[in-house]
Amino acid sequence: MTPDLMEAGAKARQAHEDKAAAGGGSGGAASFGRVVSGLQPDFAHGVALYLDEITVSFDGFRALNKLSLAVDVGELRCIIGPNGAGKTTMMDVITGKTRPDSGSAHFGSNIDLLRLRESGIVQAGIGRKFQKPTVYEELSVFENLELALADDRRARAALFSRLSGEQLDRIGETLQLIHLLPQAQRTAGLLSHGQKQWLEIGMLLVQNPRLLLLDEPVAGMTDDETERTAELFLQLEGKHSLVVVEHDMKFVAQLTEGRKKVTVLHEGSVLAEGRLADVQANEQVIEVYLGR
Amino acid sequence: MSPNRPLSAAPSTLVTLATADSPMPPPGMPDATSPARDPRPAAGLQARRGLLLGPRGWAGVALALLVIAVVVPVLNLAVPEGHPLHLGSWAVALVGKIMCYAICALAMDLIWGYTGILSLGHGLFFSLGGYAMGMYLMRQIGRDGNYQSDLPDFMVFLDWKALPWSWALSGSLLAQLALVVLVPGLLALVFGFFAFRSRIKGVYFSIITQALTYAAMLLFFRNETGFGGNNGFTDFKRLAGIPLALPGTRMALFVLTGLVLVGFWLMARAIVNSKYGRVLQAIRDAENRVMFTGYDPIAYKLSIWVLSAVMCGIAGALYVPQVGIINPSEMSPAASIEIAIWTAVGGRASLIGPIIGAFAVNLAKSWFTQAFPEFWLYFLGALFIAVTLFLPQGVIALLRRRGADEEKKA
Repeated sequence: MTPDLMEAGAKARQAHEDKAAAGGGSGGAASFGRVVSGLQPDFAHGVALYLDEITVSFDGFRALNKLSLAVDVGELRCIIGPNGAGKTTMMDVITGKTRPDSGSAHFGSNIDLLRLRESGIVQAGIGRKFQKPTVYEELSVFENLELALADDRRARAALFSRLSGEQLDRIGETLQLIHLLPQAQRTAGLLSHGQKQWLEIGMLLVQNPRLLLLDEPVAGMTDDETERTAELFLQLEGKHSLVVVEHDMKFVAQLTEGRKKVTVLHEGSVLAEGRLADVQANEQVIEVYLGR
Repeated sequence: MSPNRPLSAAPSTLVTLATADSPMPPPGMPDATSPARDPRPAAGLQARRGLLLGPRGWAGVALALLVIAVVVPVLNLAVPEGHPLHLGSWAVALVGKIMCYAICALAMDLIWGYTGILSLGHGLFFSLGGYAMGMYLMRQIGRDGNYQSDLPDFMVFLDWKALPWSWALSGSLLAQLALVVLVPGLLALVFGFFAFRSRIKGVYFSIITQALTYAAMLLFFRNETGFGGNNGFTDFKRLAGIPLALPGTRMALFVLTGLVLVGFWLMARAIVNSKYGRVLQAIRDAENRVMFTGYDPIAYKLSIWVLSAVMCGIAGALYVPQVGIINPSEMSPAASIEIAIWTAVGGRASLIGPIIGAFAVNLAKSWFTQAFPEFWLYFLGALFIAVTLFLPQGVIALLRRRGADEEKKA
């Protein structure tokens, strides 16, 4: 059997499993008889992320102004907007880096994000990629992924931790996915900018997050790399919910495939929402982007 | 492929195909693809961990133990004085003292070199360990002091009639040894908890630790504190009833210090090679990423910080009986900065480097302060600047470079 065939088989099986797991809206789990515990998000209502009237001000400047946003389970949502529209602040609120002055943020229907610390939010299943690629420069690519791997995060567990065969496979699989397998033992600081972006995406993926927040993931990538990144995200769609903040309209067009919703932020709140073509035709959006 | 086969089977096959044409790991990382535990195709993927030490490493440890526990005692005690091979007591005392410093440098390396937290207050933990030991040694003097009193001389001088509460346990060696660990450990725990929880980082953290040790120095300078004021403790006579002046006692302390140093080095190596150690390095390189990967850096930083403080405390306790004095000048900011200099000179983020650094700087110091006493501090400053400019990786980088060259030639 050729590797291509095997890969195709694995993909087909993956797609099948995803379909079974995601189902429609309720995910096959009816709203009764479910036990929701601890940090497990409850996705039965079909909403992965729900922000309601979030306001954040820095010294009187409103970075976010009554921002409301809902992202469905398995959705790939692109967020665009001019500089200073509040895109990064929004991610800071979701990941616990910034506390909003008012409003609420929920992950699934049960997890109040405003009550968790950064590490708790990650453990609940939200992964974030920063604007500037942040990887552990002195460690090897492999070790970067090893640390990100979903595992016991406590200090004592880490002291005696050993990788199991399955975990090794998982890292190998991810290295393959992010095209860094030949570089596995290289020091991460020596990678190119685009490769670091990929490594960081890989570090998110091995965490098995339910929701991925990607802040300008293709900044600094070549056209070829950008295209491959878009393919990767489209592959992840359905299995994970994705929120992608991006300026590169070509990339956004590729991701939305002409039918998915795009959200335009401006001055800290939602200016428009809809298909990319519709949004681009919107008078207000044109005004914001081009100035009057 | 049957649909029931586990999903992971496919990728591992892919791994094989890709590793076949993958380039060799770059030189200078000998452990990069250490011999695998399992012969599966994915085995090419291994953390840079391998064994605790290679055969050469263990040989080095065995050699160090041999020198510390056999060669030095024999040359000092068994070879008669005047014999060319005799090792003078002053040399033993000097090396013993430097080994205590080396423990401090190793502790500093764990917190600074690997975790990226520069402490300029490690002298405080060293002194606290030293004081805890010194209190016991003061009580061991018994009635042999100048005033022939049960109380330590300085208390008689201050006209105190009874031991203050802080000396309650000072009669017991075991209790004081426990305090050697507990006092620096607890102080570091409380201080570190608040500092790390408030996310105090970088230079701010360094300044606060500096202030902490300075404040402690001022406190210990006061006679009312009950630790001998600016004279500190000295004039020790016995340890556990055995006279400290006996050559055997001094040698036992020397050997003990050496064993502790080697033990700590092995422990540090195990820590650094574990996933925990890699999380520490990750905290140093990108703490934000660590947090957003789901780790709570506080637990990691706090644990290594406390361990580092305890190591310094133990070094201080070994230092005091060998040197015979402890006073608040050990808590001066300069003393703490010196620890950082040893580590930087030897090489941060390598475990043997700081030990080399502690030896190099202190041997230079003992020679310089005899030959040109006025110029030592200038020299120390110049050395630090030179290392920062020309050898940012420390002396160890020179050795590594030479090693790499030799490998190339071979």
